[in-house]
Amino acid sequence: MKNPTRTSRSRTLAILLALGLGLTSLPPAALALDAPAPVKLQSLRGAEIQAMDPEGDGTRNDKDRPPIPRDFVQQPPLIPHSVKGYAITKNFNKCMDCHSWTRYKETGATKVSITHFKTRDGQELDSISPRRYFCSQCHIPQSDAKPLVNNTFRRAEGLSSK
Amino acid sequence: MAKFNEDGFREPANFTDRIRLAGIGFIGMVFVAGIIVWGGFNTVLELTNREEFCISCHEMNDNVFQEYRNTIHYSNRSGVRATCPDCHVPKEWGHKIIRKIQASNEVLHKVLGSIDTPEKFNAKRLKLAENEWARMRKTDSRECRNCHHFEYFDYAEQGRRSAKMHQTGLNEGKTCIDCHKGIAHTLPEVEQGIGADKHGAAPEVFHPETKQPATAPAEPAKATATQDTTAK
Ligand code: HEC
Ligand code: HEC
Ligand code: HEC
Repeated sequence: MKNPTRTSRSRTLAILLALGLGLTSLPPAALALDAPAPVKLQSLRGAEIQAMDPEGDGTRNDKDRPPIPRDFVQQPPLIPHSVKGYAITKNFNKCMDCHSWTRYKETGATKVSITHFKTRDGQELDSISPRRYFCSQCHIPQSDAKPLVNNTFRRAEGLSSK
Repeated sequence: MAKFNEDGFREPANFTDRIRLAGIGFIGMVFVAGIIVWGGFNTVLELTNREEFCISCHEMNDNVFQEYRNTIHYSNRSGVRATCPDCHVPKEWGHKIIRKIQASNEVLHKVLGSIDTPEKFNAKRLKLAENEWARMRKTDSRECRNCHHFEYFDYAEQGRRSAKMHQTGLNEGKTCIDCHKGIAHTLPEVEQGIGADKHGAAPEVFHPETKQPATAPAEPAKATATQDTTAK
């Protein structure tokens, strides 16, 4: 470096120029440090995200039927009946009124999987673990609603019965 | 009978006539008074037998009524409803009066303020629900059967689960309330053997034993065999 002062001066200039250019070309919103540009959420149903399911949209809960075969490995089995009016509260778990090991013989329901007795830390309990209490987090009833998007999904080979 | 003189005035009646007239008058008065008292009594009975009366106190309005509003007996596709007295007050006169006298006790408790907050209501709910279960069980769920005649159940139309449970259950001598608890309100704590003891309704209270005829036990055993394969 022959002339350190000149190079450092031109470097400072360049930085200032870049900063100036950068500042003017940035959109003003970015200057407010916190808010990122709002993302436009859109639902597949075309309704507002927060909107409730439309009432009387013509879909009906499926009629009671035998257990539904699974479509992929580790799939939580689907609920083959309506659960209208069924509640899972601190006081009472309607699902377990039929699906528990103490009740399934009388009700003819599928008994809850033994895997559900294990806690998060791997401890085996003598009934379902708290993390499995809210059945409808994984198990869902079916209705005759049309699929929202077309897809080419096919049942896992090993699970097809024919 | 009354006699009339030439001027058209009635002659003073003799003693027996007076007695007879007084007698007829008295019976008439008793009759009219009877109608008024009876009518009034029945009017009160009917007024207190309407949903508006049941939910006119906030204990009922804030708790059980709100819960019931989300159920099939409040709103359904055909608009036929079951109101509070339909399920809670017998239709038949004698039973109705007895229930009304018991209810006065409940009103007394309201006036004394023993159930004046939702917390206190929920603390009492187990006791209240158990009373109602016991009452319905004793009457073979008479109030349900006022509307639902199981002799006319169309099992082809009912769901798989309903048709199966109704045919086996009712044959075993079970009654509607044995299986349909919590049909109109939030249930109290019920012991289901999950987590800590809730001091709730015991299993033998929630699903009471029935004396089973000899043929019944074969059915559940068969279900076990098929279900074992579906559970992981
Ligand atoms: C005033 C008449 C009346 C009384 C009393 C009554 N119900 Fe109902 N119940 C109905 C009507 C009406 C329906 C709705 C029918 C429909 O539109 O599907 C119904 C529906 C039901 C259903 C179907 C629930 C569903 O989700 O499909 C059950 C179960 C039931 N009642 C049980 C009971 C029980 C148990 C009692 C007694 C505690 C009772 N009912 C008392 C009139 C009554
Ligand atoms: C052995 C148990 C049992 C008894 C006893 C019983 N039920 Fe049911 N009932 C069920 C089950 C299980 C279902 C279906 C699941 C559900 O609706 O929660 C059902 C469903 C129903 C339905 C809806 C039917 C449908 O498929 O749409 C009505 C109405 C009903 N019960 C009324 C009654 C009445 C009235 C009585 C008394 C005469 C009665 N049940 C006694 C177990 C029982
Ligand atoms: C379809 C029948 C039905 C109707 C309609 C109904 N109840 Fe109930 N009620 C019951 C049954 C059955 C119980 C017993 C507890 C249970 O199974 O939930 C009960 C219990 C109660 C209890 C005891 C507390 C509890 O939650 O268990 C109160 C109080 C009560 N009902 C008030 C009312 C009032 C007020 C109305 C009207 C807004 C009403 N009920 C309508 C069936 C009915």
